[in-house]
Amino acid sequence: MAFQFWKKKKQDISETSVTSVAIADAKVAGISSNPAASSEEKLEAVVLPQRSAKKGIRSLFSRVKFDLENLDALEDTLIQADFGIDASAAIVLAVKDQAKKQGAKTDKELKQILAAVIEDNLDHPGKALNLSDGNTPYVVLVVGVNGVGKTTTIGKLSNWLVLGGFKVVIGAADTFRAAAVEQVATWAERAGAALVRPKQEGQDPAAVAFETVDEAIKQNADVVIIDTAGRLQNKADLMNELDKIRRVIEKQAQISEVLLVLDATTGQNGLAQAKAFAESAKVTGVVLTKLDGTAKGGIVYSIQRELGIPVKLVGVGEGIEDFAFFDAKEFASGLVD
Amino acid sequence: MFGNLSDRLIETFKNLRSKGKLSPADIDATLREIRRALLEADVALDVVKNFTTAVRDRALGDEVSKALNPAQQVVQIVNEELVKILGGEQRKLAFAKTAPTVIMLAGLQGSGKTTLAGKLALWLKDQGQTPILVAADLQRPNAVNQLQVVGDRIDVPVYAPEPGNGVGNPVVVAKDSIKHAKQKMYSVVIVDTAGRLGIDEELMTQAKDIRKAIDPDEVLFVIDSMIGQDAVNVAKAFDDGVGITGVVLTKLDGDARGGAALSVASVTGKPILFASNGEAMDAFEPFYPDRMASRILDMGDVLTLIEQTQKNFDETEARAMAEKLAKDTFTLEDFLDQMQQLRKMGSLKSMLAMMPGAGQMRQQLDNFDEKEIDRTEAIIRSMTPAERRQPKLLNGSRRSRIAKGSGMTVTDVNSLVNRFEQASKMMKTVAKGGVPQMPGIPSIPGIGGGFGGGKSKGKNKDKKGSKSGNPAKRAAEEAARALGQNPGEAPSGSGSAFGLG
Repeated sequence: MAFQFWKKKKQDISETSVTSVAIADAKVAGISSNPAASSEEKLEAVVLPQRSAKKGIRSLFSRVKFDLENLDALEDTLIQADFGIDASAAIVLAVKDQAKKQGAKTDKELKQILAAVIEDNLDHPGKALNLSDGNTPYVVLVVGVNGVGKTTTIGKLSNWLVLGGFKVVIGAADTFRAAAVEQVATWAERAGAALVRPKQEGQDPAAVAFETVDEAIKQNADVVIIDTAGRLQNKADLMNELDKIRRVIEKQAQISEVLLVLDATTGQNGLAQAKAFAESAKVTGVVLTKLDGTAKGGIVYSIQRELGIPVKLVGVGEGIEDFAFFDAKEFASGLVD
Repeated sequence: MFGNLSDRLIETFKNLRSKGKLSPADIDATLREIRRALLEADVALDVVKNFTTAVRDRALGDEVSKALNPAQQVVQIVNEELVKILGGEQRKLAFAKTAPTVIMLAGLQGSGKTTLAGKLALWLKDQGQTPILVAADLQRPNAVNQLQVVGDRIDVPVYAPEPGNGVGNPVVVAKDSIKHAKQKMYSVVIVDTAGRLGIDEELMTQAKDIRKAIDPDEVLFVIDSMIGQDAVNVAKAFDDGVGITGVVLTKLDGDARGGAALSVASVTGKPILFASNGEAMDAFEPFYPDRMASRILDMGDVLTLIEQTQKNFDETEARAMAEKLAKDTFTLEDFLDQMQQLRKMGSLKSMLAMMPGAGQMRQQLDNFDEKEIDRTEAIIRSMTPAERRQPKLLNGSRRSRIAKGSGMTVTDVNSLVNRFEQASKMMKTVAKGGVPQMPGIPSIPGIGGGFGGGKSKGKNKDKKGSKSGNPAKRAAEEAARALGQNPGEAPSGSGSAFGLG
């Protein structure tokens, strides 16, 4: 998957070196024609290391035999993968429909149809991270309920971006949970990213976010990642706090991404989470974590279909590299393998 | 908690209530709804199947057809089956005969073990125990640190010989902690372990080794109430791999329907001991299966409610009230009487929480201020008897006198009078045969903000003339019937307009 990411290049680097970086990936061409590039600062293409989420995606069909007769059993299988009642019924209907049209009968043909249906519904034109318009620092706000893996996600994402050549500053704006700052500090160190800590314990997270962006601009950093405290979506006060964090950040920089971190084990409540966070934090993408367990993460199907929020990244383990872009094809074919 | 599941089942029961007798087709339709509700609540599919089969068998049996009110009986069956799955009677934490009692926590990453360790320690401390926390999560960055901060906050010592972040052997730490606790005479040892996946063989073996090393009295499986269908696999994996003795449900203060509680209890057969429901260290309580089942149903407590209503709500007074309504002579005095009647039944808020359909307004309930009734009462008591009977007398100077007398503002007085006028207008409609009230949603004129009695008007016209399956409402109807009126047209609002029906 070749997404195009750009970071600002300092003036003193010559034009030629830009080109040489650019040809490293043939698909990342046409730098100088990028309209967002200012006259003083050219944009430099960033190539992130290859990562795959393959190991985290497990088949739906370890036990169930899949043929035309027991397509209804498919509905149960999908429900058990957290796709939800309505989505499961809709998928089965689509599979039946397609199978009829194509005259598909064998296990293999039906699985291909199922994979295609899931892939079609999960593929999204905006699944890349929005790190290409040149308006650095790109600010990435990371939100979610408690215990979904926000801090770990930030560690992995920072590491990835740093390896790609981005200069990353992390803001430790989870000032609530015990030792959350220390936890993100450990990850920042591992990832090679700078960290802005709260000035005192329990400081207003919006203030930390503001200072982080401020610091990033001073340091001429490319990406700012803001960690926030886990919050349950039905707590109005805490959700309003996210809106405040947004507003404060936007005084200095535009927010490129608001990533909702979602635990793959989450059931139907995931949809409520996505709705609430989309409303107060204007979520632009989902990070599906802990996909290396037995959970299939089917709820993202409904989230994307009902709310139009794409899954952008997936976490598949505790290692810093256990992280990849979400690939609908990989996901769908993994489910039916 | 469980609000959404309750609401769904109530939708289902609404249809049930409106019928006198149940056919097998009725029961199946209801069970389809229950199945859907449970699946949407993330109850595992297999558990749902067993549940609906059990309910169906009982519902079709003799006990229903012979019962006085079959619909209520089905509700009862669903309730009982839920309690059965949730673990029947409540079980208490098992303590060792000779101290220290050892409690091991295990679960997936992010289920809330470390926070729970602190809450459990605080709870035990409040009961006179001397707990010690053991930092055996040496995996997650700064887990040890987090436990120390938690320990500091609740003033409970933490045994943390290793720095964590991948350094140190958790089995050794756990083993040594028991010796340490014996030496220092701690009465309970709570061992926090790293989050792990059920399919991670290496880490499951490690958990087993920790268990062997410390021989715990309880192995508590900590699970996030937001978990979906996978709850079954995870619970099985931990039960098989580590061997759990009980379950703790966390993050119940969210709006997840919490079907995982049913799944886990059903699959492992292990009781849910505690429920954790907030970020504060004391947001932690024992888990009561019966209470939780009632809550899931949002109907169970109706039985209690009926009892209380019958005990406390004076029938003759109710009759007199109905007469007054019919004659359109409802005054502020009666309004006050009504409120005092309600008071007899205990805290209005807890009464409301028992009402069917209360799930739909749980949030409003949370914002509802009991004191509001006191204030309303104060205002009415500051009026002269004449003013109470004829609110039209209330001119500017009378209003300002009343405001002074009750310690409220003129605006408060105005808004009470306005609400009263709306209420009596509404009741006039009732008396004339309209039903300006949603079933199950009591509207409460005179109480701050109200619960929107007005907007429901006309929504349930089809209810006219039916004999309500809701016992509380039916009681009100009986009262009206005593007056020789058709219950549907009767002022069932006598009670219900004030939150009784």
